[in-house]
Amino acid sequence: MEFLDMNGHGPYVFGAYALSALTLVAVGALPILRLRRRVRELRRRQAVAEEQT
Amino acid sequence: MPGSWFKRTFHRSGSPRWFFAGSRPWMIGLYVAGGVLVLVGSVWGLAFVPPERYQGDSFRILFVHVPAASLAQSIYVAIAVAGLVQLVWRMKMADLFVAAAAPIGMGVTAAALATGIIWGMPTWGTGWVWDARTVSTLLLLLLFFGLVALRQAVPQPERAARAVALLAVVGVVNIPIIKYSVAWFATLHQPASITLTDRPTIAAVYLWPLAINALGYYCFASGAVIAALRERILAREAGTEWVRGYLAGET
Repeated sequence: MEFLDMNGHGPYVFGAYALSALTLVAVGALPILRLRRRVRELRRRQAVAEEQT
Repeated sequence: MPGSWFKRTFHRSGSPRWFFAGSRPWMIGLYVAGGVLVLVGSVWGLAFVPPERYQGDSFRILFVHVPAASLAQSIYVAIAVAGLVQLVWRMKMADLFVAAAAPIGMGVTAAALATGIIWGMPTWGTGWVWDARTVSTLLLLLLFFGLVALRQAVPQPERAARAVALLAVVGVVNIPIIKYSVAWFATLHQPASITLTDRPTIAAVYLWPLAINALGYYCFASGAVIAALRERILAREAGTEWVRGYLAGET
């Protein structure tokens, strides 16, 4: 409990760490999600194009 | 011949296909290394160093604030260099890099500002002050936003690339302003504790978690930039033979 309180600075310290973790997760995950979406989209288009030929 | 090896690598690095083929293990490795380092550095900084004499425990925010601020500026410098390369040589990969890195720089700058505001509350008695360091960092956030928005505003990719590159190069004047703001102006923000030329004015026990977190931030963001680059490459090269082959499952 003493650790979480940080002599009254707990909310600031853990708030800053939580916010940093959230930002890093977002910064890391968004490009991966976009990359996967792009691969799916291009595969679908390619399949459609192959059906037409 | 080492010279010819360098020349070959330089030319290849301009090839989206070559980059795409070799970058996946780097992306995964940098993500994993970055994640582990940030976890280790953060737990170390939170639980295993003593509180600082004047600021008590709130100084622990340093371990997430400084890496974010440093990384944000480094990403901008990298973007400005790529912008210059794009303007001079019209290198395809340079423009793709600018496009991939700008949103990541925006996120990291937002984290630097947010942690700074939170740190300011208990130590400065206010979250936001209009001092040179905070305002120039806010400008950095706006510049990253400008790079993203300008590309979306110009419909022709070639013209967008040049406009964005120009903004990136011009905006680099902000970097020395951020860096030296704490020395040139009377700021509430403290001056740098670590410089290349002098001994650090930060206690050695605090250097370890700071260095580990900083390295972790750089690795993690590099992984994210590679992921974003791979997406941009696929989008741009869609329809070429090698992208068809990749999508069909060959490597």
